[in-house]
Amino acid sequence: MFVHGLIVAALLICAVQAVRSKRLLHSALWLAGTSALTALMIYLLGAPEVAVIELSVGAGLVTVLFVFAINIAGEEAIPIQSIVPRPLAWFLMLSSIVMLMWMNRDLVGLNVDVAQVLQLDFKTVMWENRILDVLLQVGLIFSGVLGVLGLLAETHPSALKEGGQ
Amino acid sequence: MNVGIVVLAITGLLAIGLYALLVARNLIKVFVALQILVKGAMLAMLAAGQIAGKAQVGESMALTVIVADTIVAVVGLALAVQLRRHFGTLDVRAFSTLKR
Repeated sequence: MFVHGLIVAALLICAVQAVRSKRLLHSALWLAGTSALTALMIYLLGAPEVAVIELSVGAGLVTVLFVFAINIAGEEAIPIQSIVPRPLAWFLMLSSIVMLMWMNRDLVGLNVDVAQVLQLDFKTVMWENRILDVLLQVGLIFSGVLGVLGLLAETHPSALKEGGQ
Repeated sequence: MNVGIVVLAITGLLAIGLYALLVARNLIKVFVALQILVKGAMLAMLAAGQIAGKAQVGESMALTVIVADTIVAVVGLALAVQLRRHFGTLDVRAFSTLKR
């Protein structure tokens, strides 16, 4: 219980630092810490397969992508003034906290025994019962790859010539 | 595991992500905020699966969320790089040219 509390505290501190950091690179590294601690939480919730994927994708791949993008785009000092007034943002955040805690007030004392919950094989559920999810993931990966290729592709010389005429 | 602690983590992540999404002006920071927000949602799905006694369904949905979140980050960061080349800034206010 105490260790779980420490993990949650560290998770929230990492998330706050990811948001507060002035430098984007620091922000990306704090986000990697958040992902790693989320993976630990997922493992403790009894889902080791998902935890491994979160750790490798969330803390690994996404962090590399962020660092890569920050290196290309560069650090930039943007004025502190936000689009939404800060008092309104604070109000909305605190309202969401109060509402979420109120909605889940019955769950606070509840204990979940992870060993009892695991009844079906994850592979069976994933590949047989939730095949639509798998197809959706394949579609998402293809669309993501094509989207990135389209965005990062160099402009064709003929298109540049047409634009110049 | 005590569900109250998980609920605390979910609430904290969702609240921090929401606040950052409202306040951030740097496009890359917006994607950092989205990542935090989605992590909260993913934990909520897993916890809901555990509480309902259908842990594997929650895991399957969490896996889909991880894939979708990664694709959003990849496409979003590629878009940020292109916008930086085009506009010379990552300030989201500079991109709203329709109102001029």
